[in-house]
Amino acid sequence: MVDSVGVVSAQRAQFDTALQFKSGAVLPRYELVYETYGTLNADKSNAILICHALSGHHHVAGFYADAPKNIGWWDNMVGPGKPIDTDKFYVVGLNNLGGCHGSTGPISINPETGKPFGSSFPVITVEDWVESQARLADRLGIQQFAAVIGGSLGGMQALQWSLAYPERVRHVLAIASAPRLTAQNIAFNDVARNAILTDPDFHGGDYYAHGVVPTRGLRLARMLGHITYLSDDAMADKFGRELRAEKFNYGFEIEFEIESYLRYQGDKFAAYFDANTYLLMTKALDYFDPAHDCAGDLNKAFARARADYLVVSFTTDWRFSPERSREIVRPLLHNRRNVSYAEITSTHGHDSFLMPHPHYFEVMQAYLNNVHRECAA
Amino acid sequence: MNTHAMLASTRPDFAAIAAWIPQNASVLDLGCGDGSLLQYLKTERNVRGYGVEISDAGIVTCIQNGVNVIQNDLDSGLKDFESNSFDYVILSQTLQATRHTEPLIQEILRVGREGIVSFPNFGYWKNRVDVLFGNMPISKELPYQWYDTPNVHLCTFHDFEELCSKLNVQILERRVMTGTDEVHLLPNLLGSMAVYKFQRGV
Repeated sequence: MVDSVGVVSAQRAQFDTALQFKSGAVLPRYELVYETYGTLNADKSNAILICHALSGHHHVAGFYADAPKNIGWWDNMVGPGKPIDTDKFYVVGLNNLGGCHGSTGPISINPETGKPFGSSFPVITVEDWVESQARLADRLGIQQFAAVIGGSLGGMQALQWSLAYPERVRHVLAIASAPRLTAQNIAFNDVARNAILTDPDFHGGDYYAHGVVPTRGLRLARMLGHITYLSDDAMADKFGRELRAEKFNYGFEIEFEIESYLRYQGDKFAAYFDANTYLLMTKALDYFDPAHDCAGDLNKAFARARADYLVVSFTTDWRFSPERSREIVRPLLHNRRNVSYAEITSTHGHDSFLMPHPHYFEVMQAYLNNVHRECAA
Repeated sequence: MNTHAMLASTRPDFAAIAAWIPQNASVLDLGCGDGSLLQYLKTERNVRGYGVEISDAGIVTCIQNGVNVIQNDLDSGLKDFESNSFDYVILSQTLQATRHTEPLIQEILRVGREGIVSFPNFGYWKNRVDVLFGNMPISKELPYQWYDTPNVHLCTFHDFEELCSKLNVQILERRVMTGTDEVHLLPNLLGSMAVYKFQRGV
C-alpha cells in the first residue's frame, strides 16, 4: 500500500490538571489516546487536527502491526499524496473525551471509586472537547494548527476551534456539518437515546456492574442513525425491495434485504461501541450552538473568528443538508472571513463525507495545497 | 506580456470593469468561472472579493487560484448574501445565460451598491448578417451552436437598456467594445460587447 501511512501506533497523553466542563462538572484528571502521522516541521506550522464524528476515534489512517486489517476510518483521505497529505502535514487524530476507544470515558475506571464512571461521567460538550484538544496541542508543542478538519460532529469541533481559539487555527474545514442542529435532527438523536435509556439492560448507565450491555437499545439507535446517514436513492439502489427469500413469508422475521442490512449494521456496532458514549456524543451534538450566548445570532457568534474556511456539503445528505452548511457560510460572509463553499453532487447521503469521491477529494486537495503553501512560506 | 496583460487582451471586459473599480473595494462576482476576474481585480485593485459559481470545475479552479468561491445557482437568487454587503456586484458575460434575469438584476442591486454587467450584443452587425442569411450567429462572443448553448436570454443593448428603465435601474456608465477597441459610433450595430455600470434609480 504505497499511499498508506503504513504501520501506526496509538499514543496516550495523561493530563493531571482538572478540566472544568461547560456543565460545571469537573474531571480531575484524564487521558487522551491519539495518533500522529507525518512530521512536524521546524517552525511547527504544518499541524492538522482531525476531529472525529459520532462513532469515530483516533485511528484515522494506516493500520496496526498486529492488526493489518484494522485500517483507519479516514484512510482514503489521509496519507501520502492524499488530500490530507502526510508528506506535507503533521496530522493528529484523537479519541474524544467520553469516547470508548481509549480516552477517558464512561467505560474507564474512575480512580476515586475504582469502578467504571458509567452514569457519573459528566455530560460533555463540543466546547469541552476543544478545551481538551487544546491541551493535547500544548503537549505536542503545537501553538497554531494549519487546519482543523472534521465532518459532521467533527465539523462542529472544527468550527468551535476557530471561536474558542481564533489565534490557534488558520483554516477550518467543516464538512457535512451544521452550526447547530435543527429540531428534526435533535429528534432523531432523542429517539436513539430513548432506545438505549429504555433498554432493561441499561441500568441507569451502570450496566457494567451487572455484567450486561444494553445491546438492544444500542443497535436500535444505530439502525435509526444509519437510515438517516443514507439517502433514499442510495438505499433504493443498493437494496430496493429485494427479498432474501423468493416470496413473502407473511411474518415479522427478516425478509427484505434492507432489514437484514440494518440489523447487521446494528449488531456490528453494538458489539464494539459503548451505549453511554453514544448518549454523550448525541447530547454534544444537540447542545452545540455557538450563538447560544449571542441571543441566537450566528453573525455575532462568528465575529471573533479569524480563520479561513472551507465548507463542504453533499447534495443527498438530509441529516446535515446543504442548507445547514449554508448556515455556516452566511455568518462567515457577514464577518468577511475568507470562505469557500462546495456542494458536492453525491448519492451517498451523510455518509458521503467518508467516501472517496473524485470531485470532493479534488476540492479538499486544492484547498489544502494552498494551506501547505502558506506553511512553506 | 504578463498574465494580467494577456488576460486583459483575451477578456477585454475585464480591463473595462477594473477601470471602474476603486482600490480596496468589495466585490461579488456572479458566475465567476475560474475566478480569473477576481484574481485580476485582487492584483490590480486589491479588492476583497467572493465569486459565485455553479460548475464543479470552476469551484476547484477558484480554490486553486486562492479565490473565495461559493457554489450556487444564480437562478436561485443571492439569498446567502446580505443587502448592501458589497460595493460592486459583477455579472460578467453571464447575463445571457441566466433564466430568471429580471429578478437577478434586482438581486444584484439589493446586495451591491452598484452593479456591473457585461454581455454580448445580439444586435452586433455580424450577428444581424448571420440571421439575415438564415443562421443563428456563431462568433467569439457567441461560440455555441443554437442547440447546445447555455445562452437563453440573448439581447441587444437597446433591449437591456429598456429592461433597466422598466426596473427603475439607473445606468451610470456604458462601455461598448468590439474586440479590445472601444466603439462610439452606432454602438448597437457596431459593438460586439458592452459593459454597464448601474445603480438603483432614485
